[in-house]
Amino acid sequence: MADIQQHEHDVIVVGAGGAGLRAAIEARAQGARVGLICKSLLGKAHTVMAEGGAAAALGTVFSEDNWRVHFRDTMRGGKMHNNWRMAQIHAQESPDRVRELEAWGALFDRTPDGRINQRPFGGHTYSRLAHVGDRTGLEMIRVLQDKAVHSGVDVFMECTVVRLPVVDGRAAGALAYWKDSGRFVLFNAGAVVLATGGIGKGWQITSNSWEYTGDGHALACDAGADLIDMEFVQFHPTGMVWPPSVNGILVTEGVRGEGGILTNSTGRRFMFDYVPDMFKGDFADTEKEAQAWVTGDRKKNRRPPELLTRDVVARAITREVKEGRGSPHGGVFLDIATKRDAEYIKKKLPSMYHQFKELAGVDITREPMEVGPTTHYAMGGVKVDAETQEATVPGLYAAGEVAGGMHGANRLGGNSLSDLLVFGRRAGAAAATAARNRKPAPVSDAWVQQVVNEALAPFSRPNGENPYQVQADLQKAMQADAGIVRDKAGLEAALAAVEKLKRRAAGVGVIGSREYNPGWSTALDLRSLLTVSEAVTRAALARTESRGGHTRIDRPDSDPAQERVQYVVHKDGDRLAVRAERQPDLPADLAKLIKDGA
Amino acid sequence: MTARMFQVYRGTRQQGALQEFRVECDEGMVVLDAVHRIQAQQAPDLACRWNCKAGKCGSCSAEINGRPRLMCMTRLSDYPDDRPVTITPMRAFPVIKDLVTDVSWNYEVNRRIPAFQPRKPDFPDGTWRMYQHEVERPQEFRKCIECFLCQDVCHVLRTHHKHAEFMGPAFLTRAAVYETHPLDTADRSQHLKDEGGIGYCNITKCCTEVCPEGIRITDNAIIPLKERVVDRFYDPLRGLLRLIFGKSR
Repeated sequence: MADIQQHEHDVIVVGAGGAGLRAAIEARAQGARVGLICKSLLGKAHTVMAEGGAAAALGTVFSEDNWRVHFRDTMRGGKMHNNWRMAQIHAQESPDRVRELEAWGALFDRTPDGRINQRPFGGHTYSRLAHVGDRTGLEMIRVLQDKAVHSGVDVFMECTVVRLPVVDGRAAGALAYWKDSGRFVLFNAGAVVLATGGIGKGWQITSNSWEYTGDGHALACDAGADLIDMEFVQFHPTGMVWPPSVNGILVTEGVRGEGGILTNSTGRRFMFDYVPDMFKGDFADTEKEAQAWVTGDRKKNRRPPELLTRDVVARAITREVKEGRGSPHGGVFLDIATKRDAEYIKKKLPSMYHQFKELAGVDITREPMEVGPTTHYAMGGVKVDAETQEATVPGLYAAGEVAGGMHGANRLGGNSLSDLLVFGRRAGAAAATAARNRKPAPVSDAWVQQVVNEALAPFSRPNGENPYQVQADLQKAMQADAGIVRDKAGLEAALAAVEKLKRRAAGVGVIGSREYNPGWSTALDLRSLLTVSEAVTRAALARTESRGGHTRIDRPDSDPAQERVQYVVHKDGDRLAVRAERQPDLPADLAKLIKDGA
Repeated sequence: MTARMFQVYRGTRQQGALQEFRVECDEGMVVLDAVHRIQAQQAPDLACRWNCKAGKCGSCSAEINGRPRLMCMTRLSDYPDDRPVTITPMRAFPVIKDLVTDVSWNYEVNRRIPAFQPRKPDFPDGTWRMYQHEVERPQEFRKCIECFLCQDVCHVLRTHHKHAEFMGPAFLTRAAVYETHPLDTADRSQHLKDEGGIGYCNITKCCTEVCPEGIRITDNAIIPLKERVVDRFYDPLRGLLRLIFGKSR
């Protein structure tokens, strides 16, 4: 492999968002030589877009809060489908992980007595989100970024992994290309941590960036690892809907956490009509009670129904719009202007104020926003061991959004940032341990050559189809038939579309040089996007019920028999196959905690 | 839909030129949307960086009609539709290709800033107390999205190419995060004075003008840091005391 650059590390981390950075810091702290590969520049990962906060039962605002309440909220929010052990570890460890960020320089907003302030959010019993205005993710990523570079982690920017070598059944590194030169590079490693984030770029309307093409999901699947829960995609209830060019950009749940209300075209506050039986009694019955909660009396009053879980709110909005009560541009109204004064809004939600002002010409301190659901988060992902985050392929680890199980059928807002920290750290620690005294296995020249040839193939077809067109058609198909509401016929149509698009993707062409060529990157990303789209569609067909983020209008009810059943997507020769697996039941004490309250 | 003309820089470090594109534009479009349309329909190999498309990541920095801006936060309706909109790469950094520049120098500068060093925890449980009024000052600087537009506009870097001697407004702002952090104990004055070259800044406030986050870079970050450096190294009274009592004082 004379013309291929090579690097050797104990641990290679793919992805430099919150989970990847936290994993790299931990592996380095344990003495491993660590390489961190990112598809963009360092510090641009999707974590910077996280607005609301990191959920952790710190108990600084409500001293009643503790890990048991957080665990119960997470399980109920996930419609009892979560990997209970991950939900437990997450609830127990997230307070330490948040406090640790403070020790590394994070500047969270404060309580009057000088501790970390916590904000209310959907599905959380108590105010639980440590936050910095509405730019919590930016704060987190800067703190972790500076910590990582000062710890001696080797950072490889604008480098995209195309395949993971597996040697003797073990993950042995990553094969990637540099964006600027288009040259390939082989990272040899004793252990590999995937922290590549999500899959939202498979849909037309999404809050996710170009990077979110499901690379980690596809790399793992390709390496022989199992994926679980792929049918559970979170559609965030509030994305921007107007103008068209900003369709899908996230509007933080913090707007509702700070008192914002949802209304339809008749002016009705419709969320009062959508409280599910499971949560009856937990939410305010009247606007008066909801308002009293907003203005501060949180012990005597119950939360507004706008703070129901995301799956519930997104479905409610979809229904309001479908039944003709939507806003002029096909959303509903989100109003904070009549609930809070202008100074408060600008202070607590500065980037929302800025975003609407600049992009839509709307002043949110004076008028309502128009919002609608947007593809936001993949609950499903690589099947991992709860303690170590190891995938079903030895030596391969996954943390953050690319890992499955923690969030069940629906993720609570705020649980992602704490998930990144808790499981990023665990994955980094386990990977460092696994790589200790293990010389990275040599990767065969023939394998490298084959992958490189495949990746370069689009250049041999200058008259081939435009990769952007294939990507756009895939997004259209997934939006139409594997979106927020699904049925068997639609999903079968989506699957047929994916099959057809796979054939078209095999014929895409690229013009220009290998140097910083976005057309080529788009062509290579299609492989990941098509894999995850197929996985989502196949799993969604297998789950013949509605649960959390997965809504089947032909199977509108939840089926208790499928509550603890996971649909596992895995490679079977050249195809993807699905098998059903039963998750272990909750131990008696945790089951009791769910039933009786914490 | 109306058609608009764009002139986009195409080329490499060695050579390049403006190329004209005609793009059908919809209501509400930003400059980055137009670049995406050019990529999808006319020039799939047109290089540009972008991520969040919401002004939060600072990736899509470029010069629009000569002004450093984020492409995702610049609406086409702000420009007359009968004249072409010109999009060129940042000038303070070497071009890699088209609109993409080599900004790796910035990461080197950041790595050399002395790291955050907290004081000992206030309580045995390892926690501290900080108050909102104390954290608000560094929080302003933490709004920095590392778009490097302030570096691009700064004449010390843009015109005089003092990259080797001056850290630039972006990293003076980063240093200010830690220098104003209520828990930090490290002293960065020496670094700011010598390696950072803070003296090069002659407070023309161009950086503040282009900051998409509205950080008052010059007034709130750079001037107080300059004062620290002056107090420490150039105060005549302290200099006299040092002369009399020796350096240890």
